[in-house]
Amino acid sequence: MHPHISRRAFLKLCGGTAAYLGLSQAWVPRIALALEQAAKRPPVVWLSLMACSGCLESFAKSVNPSTAEILLGIISLNYQETIMAAAGKDAEANLQATIEEGGYIVIAEGAVATGIPEALMIAGKTSIDYTREATSNAAAVVAIGTCATYGGVQAMKPNPTGAKGVSDALGIETVNIPGCPPNPDTIVSTIVHYLLFGKLPELDGKGRPTFAFSQKVHDNCERRAHFDSGQYVEEFGSEEEAKGYCLYKMGCKGPETHSPCPLTLWNSKQNWCVGSGNPCIGCMEPEFWDKFAGFYERLPDVPVPGFVGVKTSADYIGSTLVTATVAGVGIHAIASAASGRMKGKPESEEGSED
Amino acid sequence: MARVVIDPVTRLEGHIRCEVEVDNGVVKDAWISCTLFRGFEIFIKDRDPRDAWHIAHRICGVCPTSHGHAATMGLEESFGVEPPDNAVLVRNLMEAAQFLHSHVLWFYTLNAFDYVDVVSALSAKATTPALQAVQDRLKAFVDSGQLGFLENGYWGHPAMKLPPEVNLELSAHYLQALEIQAKAAQALAVFGGKFPYHMSTPPGGVTCVPTLQDVVNYEYIMKEVNDFVRNVFVPDTLAAAPFYLDLATFGQGVGNFLTWGVLEDLSRDPRQRALPRGAIFDGNLAVEDVDPHTDVQEFTGSSWYTAASGEGKNPGSADAETEPEYTSLDLEDKYTWSKTTNIKGRQMEVGTLARMLIAYLSDAPGAKSIVDSTLAAIGQAGNPTVLVSALGRLATKALESSLIADKMEMDLAQLKENIASGKGEWFTPNEVPKSGSGVGAWDAPRGALAHWNRIEDKKISSYQAVPASNWNFSPRDEQGARGPVEEALVGTPVADPEKPLEILRVIHTFDP
Repeated sequence: MHPHISRRAFLKLCGGTAAYLGLSQAWVPRIALALEQAAKRPPVVWLSLMACSGCLESFAKSVNPSTAEILLGIISLNYQETIMAAAGKDAEANLQATIEEGGYIVIAEGAVATGIPEALMIAGKTSIDYTREATSNAAAVVAIGTCATYGGVQAMKPNPTGAKGVSDALGIETVNIPGCPPNPDTIVSTIVHYLLFGKLPELDGKGRPTFAFSQKVHDNCERRAHFDSGQYVEEFGSEEEAKGYCLYKMGCKGPETHSPCPLTLWNSKQNWCVGSGNPCIGCMEPEFWDKFAGFYERLPDVPVPGFVGVKTSADYIGSTLVTATVAGVGIHAIASAASGRMKGKPESEEGSED
Repeated sequence: MARVVIDPVTRLEGHIRCEVEVDNGVVKDAWISCTLFRGFEIFIKDRDPRDAWHIAHRICGVCPTSHGHAATMGLEESFGVEPPDNAVLVRNLMEAAQFLHSHVLWFYTLNAFDYVDVVSALSAKATTPALQAVQDRLKAFVDSGQLGFLENGYWGHPAMKLPPEVNLELSAHYLQALEIQAKAAQALAVFGGKFPYHMSTPPGGVTCVPTLQDVVNYEYIMKEVNDFVRNVFVPDTLAAAPFYLDLATFGQGVGNFLTWGVLEDLSRDPRQRALPRGAIFDGNLAVEDVDPHTDVQEFTGSSWYTAASGEGKNPGSADAETEPEYTSLDLEDKYTWSKTTNIKGRQMEVGTLARMLIAYLSDAPGAKSIVDSTLAAIGQAGNPTVLVSALGRLATKALESSLIADKMEMDLAQLKENIASGKGEWFTPNEVPKSGSGVGAWDAPRGALAHWNRIEDKKISSYQAVPASNWNFSPRDEQGARGPVEEALVGTPVADPEKPLEILRVIHTFDP
């Protein structure tokens, strides 16, 4: 048994990860073995760049495994400014020792300042120099959050500091796990994939792991049936909201946002943005702060299922064509079934392994 | 005389460099530099005012809920709209969950390694099976040779005073606290969708329509957190304090305190909040009221901004701005991205100590009794000035957490009653005005924060924010007076300048 994690929590981690990575449950023992037989915990350097610490906060809400289990049993977090015991030159000594030894994973949170290099200084270095040095001998660089991936909030027009994502700023390849904040399940599963296969998961053209970002919020939204049926919330805190109607007319960016949110959910799978009655603001899309500005303005021309090739607005469906949406519901049902691998992580499977 | 530089100061949100001058083992002078600038004031400009709360929310990921609320409250003043009672209660519940999340995270995750020697815990006699399990776990971790996040901590430092058994118990609570902070975040997500960055509080109220079941769900998740606060956090504070009574003799700071108040009363009067608005000046333990519309002034003599970004302007004035102008790190001139923020020409300390002093002196419900009983317990009955120290900042966190847990339970009872009696208003419809201005003045766990906005032609024409760090990490002001953390550092004993543990302690007491 893994020395630091309870067996139950450990197998839960393995089972959940297998499902999220799109692997069958037959992989669970192999994942367990890969983690258990690691000669040493993989060293991780976590860079806090132009950031708010929200990515770390989100990561620290991981439950299976918990943060304590990750810190004590899965990785060796050699450098993380917000939680490490060491400070100042002693903290930097940890960083240097890890760089010299090599073979570490960098997790980067926050953007790099390229226009005003002194907009971020750490240990007397600009964020460009600091990030270049810290990634110089890394086995892999995983950019988490919308800032480290694509520049994020400070890169909004007019981008006063010249903030850029790590890949852009340094001209290196990174795994990109966007989100404001990013989801802890996606971060943990990416690390487990790396430990299991010795390589990074498959990425799309924007550097995102395809296991998490190949579908849109709209594809798996719990309120999708109401979209298809033309049932919309038109005022916050209303009767329609109480019924869980669709938030499209309130400005939801779910139809254009690549994200696993409706499947992963947040905070021990307690809830998610749409579940709280506010439209999705598209925080996992590159440049969403500018691209989706007008978070409470509805997206134009959202295609409606069942009307392929015909540009039909959801308004039209909602007001006059309700009966025609039966076809739409049918198509959506098929799409959901095909994409339902996350929902294939039933409690019963975990129970049987305990 | 020796100069000691700590860069980066770790275990805080943000990026801080600290330089101190040490003479005969005591800090004689100190300079704090904030080394990150992002430019929120610039890129929120010209945006749709309804988007502004989402953007300004991102100023801090450790206290996002407070920023979200302050931004929304400022916009509500500009829009001329008031949230219904139920929305106020739901916002309070989210804020309270965030406060407890943050206070627990601060005490254990960010602060504990300044006092708790994890290595010493390995030699403790474990008195229960649970403590034995934790000790075994820590021992296996240390024996692995990969110390990870514990590498190079100041273990065995002469200023570490706890016996091995207390170190073990607090190490166990460190691990437990990691789970508790996640629980508090989970409770917040019941109403907010997720944490960090809840989604449900645009100007006008809340977007969600909670059922009685939702409220009970929140209640029972938070019950575990509240139990931890009352049965672990408060006792831990009282157990550790007697070993660190020397912390009562330094870290006093500037003696001026500010809170905008937090946890709304249904009267909407900031002086009636569970932690009421007010200020203390020059160490006189008397509360004066303050107005964010007029009383706050910004200066840039020590900071990397244009002169026009300061000049004593109130952040809400039409010509307020925040334009960067980096020169160089020069302690005699400009050395930080933080502006100097003053009230009545004074540097102001913000945070839990400020809130608890002001609540105590304002006789806010529950505040007087909990402070008085604690003072009596440490042999200082009737002497609240003893709290104005590094020790006071440490101790008041647990007291405030207990007070907030009480207020949360009252808000829960009220919300349940409202839902049961069919009082179903959650959101007041509203429109972006052609022009307007407003300020949302509120408190984050780490202290007073305010967001000032101005609207012209239905767009944001000016947006300025002064978070807690701007007050506490304020640099020298126009008179040359040190900022609150700088001043608190002066007089701090330093046993070993190579291992400046005591300096970290004082900085961390501000919950930065």
